[in-house]
Amino acid sequence: MNGAHDLGGMHGFGPVEIERNEPTFHHEWERRAFAITLAAGFLGKWNIDMSRYAREQMPPAEYLAATYYERWLFGLEKLLDATGLVSRAELQSARKGGVTQAALPAAGVRVLAASDVEAVLRKSREAKVDEDIPPRFNVGDRVRTVNINPVGHTRLPRYARDKRGVVTVDHGVWVFPDTNGTGRGRNPQHCYSVSFEARELWGADAGPRDATYVDLWDDHLVPA
Amino acid sequence: MSQEHEPHHHHEHADDDVQEHREHGAPLTEVELRVRALESLLVDKGLVDPAALDAIIDTYETKVGPRNGAKVVAHAWVDPDYRRRLLEDGTAAVAEFGFVGRQSEKIVVVENTPKVHNMVVCTLCSCYPWAVLGLPPVWYKSAPYRSRAVIDPRGVLSEMGVNVPADTEVRVWDSTAEIRYLVLPERPAGTENMTEDQLAALVTRDSMIGVARVQA
Repeated sequence: MNGAHDLGGMHGFGPVEIERNEPTFHHEWERRAFAITLAAGFLGKWNIDMSRYAREQMPPAEYLAATYYERWLFGLEKLLDATGLVSRAELQSARKGGVTQAALPAAGVRVLAASDVEAVLRKSREAKVDEDIPPRFNVGDRVRTVNINPVGHTRLPRYARDKRGVVTVDHGVWVFPDTNGTGRGRNPQHCYSVSFEARELWGADAGPRDATYVDLWDDHLVPA
Repeated sequence: MSQEHEPHHHHEHADDDVQEHREHGAPLTEVELRVRALESLLVDKGLVDPAALDAIIDTYETKVGPRNGAKVVAHAWVDPDYRRRLLEDGTAAVAEFGFVGRQSEKIVVVENTPKVHNMVVCTLCSCYPWAVLGLPPVWYKSAPYRSRAVIDPRGVLSEMGVNVPADTEVRVWDSTAEIRYLVLPERPAGTENMTEDQLAALVTRDSMIGVARVQA
């Protein structure tokens, strides 16, 4: 979707401000928001692409005004409601100090035990697919990205749409987030690192020696 | 390392934060109430184990962080064979140190040289190689960095203290997939007699994102 999250190339946000001696978390609530998001993800009711898509649906003005973990919280509440695990009404009631009816864990969920945390965090999620699916492109191929503007999820940023690039690395077969993020299937296909000259992306004023490398899937590319 | 925190310092920082509310009787903020309500609902419903939450937090505050990446970089500087393996298959070479896990399913290491300067961004969200760098700093997730890194990389680098010569190529890696990028910074001159541990102590988080040089 053409949301506020798709920031590449926008102007006006000012300088990059670096905080010295930055802590991992700035507030206790950030620690808890981070941890409940990871633990709830383990329940198995959604995938990481759905998590990203949920955050992207924050209204643009709110998204830009929010801090990072406020966006995570927005996404988590949305997913919990959508999957029926925690409803909006329950959240409203709990915020006002309402008492929760203790319920059994919902069917079909895996609850993360403290003793399993270390092992679970040491596992990478499995977006890489071990299937022998042929690539549509070879390293060195000249390609053009498709011009798409889906209201759903996509990992093809606006600044790199309908642009000419070169396939530089074939990363193998991966889940396709554009469909996986909206529950339309894993749709495994090759993912490549595609290089775009800065002048192709940004015009004649861009650096003649500069390039941006974007990881894109077969469905984002056509032969150039 | 001045720009990174001691694991115990920020515990105090945040505990102070909570303590302050209590002592001054300040009401909890809206977001604090939201998180508290959500956590208690999830716990009451048996969907999350509070001890698991503590273990998750402890992992990223005290165990996984940029010291991991610094060890990898220093080893690559002193061992040409490891450097070759690291550039060929970053995931496997990093795993030799036991650094594996979340947000690091495939790691690609890109090497800075006098001819090529690499820097890493995630314009769409905040993708970052957790297993070697820990959780990303606020500036990496911020709108200024995400918007400008691709359209004005030299301007951003210059502001951050890195002036890239005009004839050096700048490569910006936008982490749009599950591939995570780690920059192998240039080894500074004058470090020929340093041990691997001494070298690792020089390597900063920002140099492994590609927005700082390593200073001897």
